[in-house]
Amino acid sequence: MVFMPVPLLSVLNLHKRFDENPILKGVSLDVEAGDLVSIIGPSGCGKSTMLRCLNFLEIPDAGRISIAGVTIDCQGLEDAPPKDIQTRAHELRQRVGMVFQQFNLFPHRTVLENTMLAPMIVHGAKREEAEANGRRLLEKVGLGSEFAHRYPAQMSGGQQQRAAIARALAMNPKVMLYDEPTSALDPELVDEVLKVMKDLDAEGMTQIVVTHEMRFARDASDYIVFMEGGHIVEISDEDEIFTHPKDERTRQFLRRFI
Amino acid sequence: MRRLAVFLSLLLAFGAQAADPVLRWAADPDSNAPFAFFDPSNKLTGFEYEIITAIARRMNRTPKFVQNDWDGLIPGLGRDLYDVVICGIEITPEKAGEVLFSNPYYVTFEQLVVRKGTPPITSLDELKGKQIGTLDQTAALDMLEKIPGVEAKTYDEEVNAYQDTANGRIFGVLLDYPIAKYYAAPNPNLQFTGPPFGQISYGIALRKGNTALQKEMNSALAEVIASGEMRDILSRWGLWTPLVAGALGQPEDPSLPDTEYKAFVAGHAEQATCWTRMQRYAGYWPLLLRAALLTLEVSIVGMILAVSVGFTLAIMRVFGPWPLRWLAMLYIEIIRGTPLLIQLYIIFYGLPAVGIKLSPFIAGVLGLGLNYAAYEAENYRAGLLAIPRGQMEAARALGMTHRQGLFHIVIPQSFRLVLPPVTNDFISLLKDSSLVSMVTLLDLTGAYNRIATQTFDYFGTGLLIAAIYLLIGLPFVRLARYTEEKLAVDQRKPGQKPGLFNLPKRRK
Repeated sequence: MVFMPVPLLSVLNLHKRFDENPILKGVSLDVEAGDLVSIIGPSGCGKSTMLRCLNFLEIPDAGRISIAGVTIDCQGLEDAPPKDIQTRAHELRQRVGMVFQQFNLFPHRTVLENTMLAPMIVHGAKREEAEANGRRLLEKVGLGSEFAHRYPAQMSGGQQQRAAIARALAMNPKVMLYDEPTSALDPELVDEVLKVMKDLDAEGMTQIVVTHEMRFARDASDYIVFMEGGHIVEISDEDEIFTHPKDERTRQFLRRFI
Repeated sequence: MRRLAVFLSLLLAFGAQAADPVLRWAADPDSNAPFAFFDPSNKLTGFEYEIITAIARRMNRTPKFVQNDWDGLIPGLGRDLYDVVICGIEITPEKAGEVLFSNPYYVTFEQLVVRKGTPPITSLDELKGKQIGTLDQTAALDMLEKIPGVEAKTYDEEVNAYQDTANGRIFGVLLDYPIAKYYAAPNPNLQFTGPPFGQISYGIALRKGNTALQKEMNSALAEVIASGEMRDILSRWGLWTPLVAGALGQPEDPSLPDTEYKAFVAGHAEQATCWTRMQRYAGYWPLLLRAALLTLEVSIVGMILAVSVGFTLAIMRVFGPWPLRWLAMLYIEIIRGTPLLIQLYIIFYGLPAVGIKLSPFIAGVLGLGLNYAAYEAENYRAGLLAIPRGQMEAARALGMTHRQGLFHIVIPQSFRLVLPPVTNDFISLLKDSSLVSMVTLLDLTGAYNRIATQTFDYFGTGLLIAAIYLLIGLPFVRLARYTEEKLAVDQRKPGQKPGLFNLPKRRK
């Protein structure tokens, strides 16, 4: 008997085009709970678009997305009323946290308020509750109470990105998505962000990371997805893909990093 | 509680001003001697003021004065802003089509005034090719327009026409004899010339169809004439001429000495020293205070309206579905593309034609607010578009709806961005509020007109009013800058606090 775990996140045959440009040409991927998956590939390969489709910042043209019990069949969504799409996207986003390359913290709010805003507005959390939770999460990403009342502009990029992770965690996501989380950072600040992600992995958080950080991908990932030209070319064990890539295109891509 | 009740009943009584014992009469008192004008102590006086007071007394009504601009006097009747107009209005067939007239209360002619030393003129035909000043909507203007080749120039205030003649800007002024007698005769640089031109009768104008009031008015007027009171009034004002006497059927010689005329001439001949000028301005402070408060009130309420409507328009334009977007754009283009003054006129004088009558204050605020809304909308639109897309994406990714993202994330950030241009517009609106003097409100610019035409000190009054505008605007500029600094958290350095005056810190 073969044990078949139900994946926490499942993407089936996802398609997305911008105008007449196909970006995703049928992408399928299963991610199990607790996994940390890195998605690598040359720029323009569709990896960011795929990530953004996962919480409907981009609306897919076709395919199926299923995350922690919410399934959206994207076939013919462009004809569905926008309200319908938004309600379903909203459900999906409840289960997914997202971290952006440019942090996108709310600059007019303190770091603590950044973590409190969404729980209070979306979940109607009480202020004290949201504040306690926010402080706890900031502490967890290494931002002690002295940072709570700072504004984003008063912090380094690494601190801002960690705060952005805390902000996403405040919504109790089942899956965390990272869109090149360290690309906008000075090299010496990269590690503090990656450490937070490793800690989360150790706690069993499911994470999908689009990254150019090959060292991190190799060290921390459970497996690596290589994308090119709107397809997933290879899914491999983190060591194997670097030592014995199966596909010629993967080999070409990785050659530049090693 | 009791006091409130009294206040409310007063308000009600005021609201129901059509209730009888009041006679609401209108005139344009700015540089309007000897008709109805404010004397240097800012009290209403003039022969028409005395006549309408005498008539009202005989009608057992309390006269209530309503100020309006000359051009708006007749339209104001139609708007039911007042019951009658008495302001040297000549009875002509064209005007008789627009309003009802009482019987004439004064009969006079047009007097030509030219610069001292100009060769005598005996006929209006000699004015061909010359520029002649006069007022709008007068018999004099009709006369001038009938002579080919005369270039008639209309002025808002007669003093300005005479001043231009004295300064050689125009050849002369053709205006009613009383005006010439009061404004031109005392001026050593001007002289009367030519015979009396034409004959004109002044009548009190009433709203068309108001025949009951017309009848009541005529019998009161007849009593004022028959009792000799009219002759007394006109004699004191130096206006009792054989022409009037004949027309009203009274003895030719004046019944009293022309004390009012003498006093007017003496008051204006006096050379004002700097000190007496200052004293005179000091005497105007209640008027200036009231005018400044009105300007402030109109501007603030107008700006609140502009900001709220502009904000809605911007949201419609940036985030609305296409019909709303299109509507907002249409509104902005139309309002921005047409002059504010015309919009004010339409709101105040035009809307009553379709049954919407607004008080001058409401009309002024609406005009300014709706006009500035178009500009504010564009400010907000720019502010909203300046917020990076990632902000909304982050809000959506956190599970906020579009609306929540808009109100909690995007709009608060754009507020700081639009503050400087909005402050700019407020200052601009503060100054444009001077246009509400066109809809009968006595704001600072209205006060300028009144004071300048009473003191003939255009320069000093101008400086004074300009200074008041400046003083009113400054605190708002400061407040806006302070708020802006306070909101600029996304640009603040660690440890930096917002301050009203960001002076460099001094070491102790």
